[in-house]
Amino acid sequence: MNKDLFEYTLRLGDTSLILSQRLGEWCGHGPMLEEDIALTNIALDLLGQAKAFLAYAGEIEGKGRNEDVLAFHRDANHFRNLLLTEQPNVDFGFTIIRQLFVSTWQHYLYSELTHATDKNMSALAVKSLKEVNYHLRFASDWTLRLGDGTEESHQRVQAAVNELWNYTGDLFEIDQVDEALLKLGIAADMKKVEASWNKHIRQVLNDATLSVPEINNFMRTGSRKGVHTEYLGFILAEMQFLPRAYPDAKW
Amino acid sequence: MSDKQLQLWEVFTQKKTGMSFEHAGSVRAADKEMALLNARDVYSRRGEATCIWVVPSECISSSSPEDIASFFEPSDDKIYRHPNFYKTPDGIKQV
Repeated sequence: MNKDLFEYTLRLGDTSLILSQRLGEWCGHGPMLEEDIALTNIALDLLGQAKAFLAYAGEIEGKGRNEDVLAFHRDANHFRNLLLTEQPNVDFGFTIIRQLFVSTWQHYLYSELTHATDKNMSALAVKSLKEVNYHLRFASDWTLRLGDGTEESHQRVQAAVNELWNYTGDLFEIDQVDEALLKLGIAADMKKVEASWNKHIRQVLNDATLSVPEINNFMRTGSRKGVHTEYLGFILAEMQFLPRAYPDAKW
Repeated sequence: MSDKQLQLWEVFTQKKTGMSFEHAGSVRAADKEMALLNARDVYSRRGEATCIWVVPSECISSSSPEDIASFFEPSDDKIYRHPNFYKTPDGIKQV
């Protein structure tokens, strides 16, 4: 098995899975019916991506672990999702900024991966990219309206930008997995993704009259090694409870 | 739910290219771009549409119930107004 490809696919799948779980918390609690449905729609798109990437990871590993086993029977230190995705919803503005950061990242990453030499990887990227393009439009449009909206909405999304900025370094960390797969033409070139991400985010924040935090800020990283923030354990406790307590449970 | 409601928009969806748009329902949104996104999320989650229109509800003029007698009843008793005596060719759909 290609250990690097397994690890890489796991990172993509876990990122979609955990953000999906977070967005799902909005179900029945959205600020209005339309946004409640919009956020859970995005959650379901991401769940579909997670299912596909994790199924492929299980296939690469070849030890009989399917997407359910990978999702429900791993502990926090084995998860490879971006730290951003496990951050709490806080309020609608915070949720939108988190979505903007992650969707922009997914947009440029998947765009690169559509050219991957691994056929499964490029097919998954093509399919996911269509969904992500919508998520990005949704998050960008809302960022403009909240940033350039009322005094309160501006202040809330600026607070979200300032806090979530510390987790954006984690988006572009490169390790030997990326380097090995980049040589094979499978992984995305994160330097390119980072440059495009920065350009889009700065444009949107600028248009939304929001300020970009200082670049010298401390960056919290670690997702590539399974070092997470305190939130992931609580997410997994809720997400994994049922299949762990009732292993034979069926729909 | 917010106590300050955003503007109301009527949503029309087209099932297939070439077919007429049908009223699907309404959404609330602050402007037309967001109305379109909301309409997509609320009324086309399971592939119901290929195109969507949103129209501010206040732009729609409607006849009122008092108009029923003068608007619609005169055509009820004139059978010659209906094309009942034509045959529809086989294979014609969507009529």
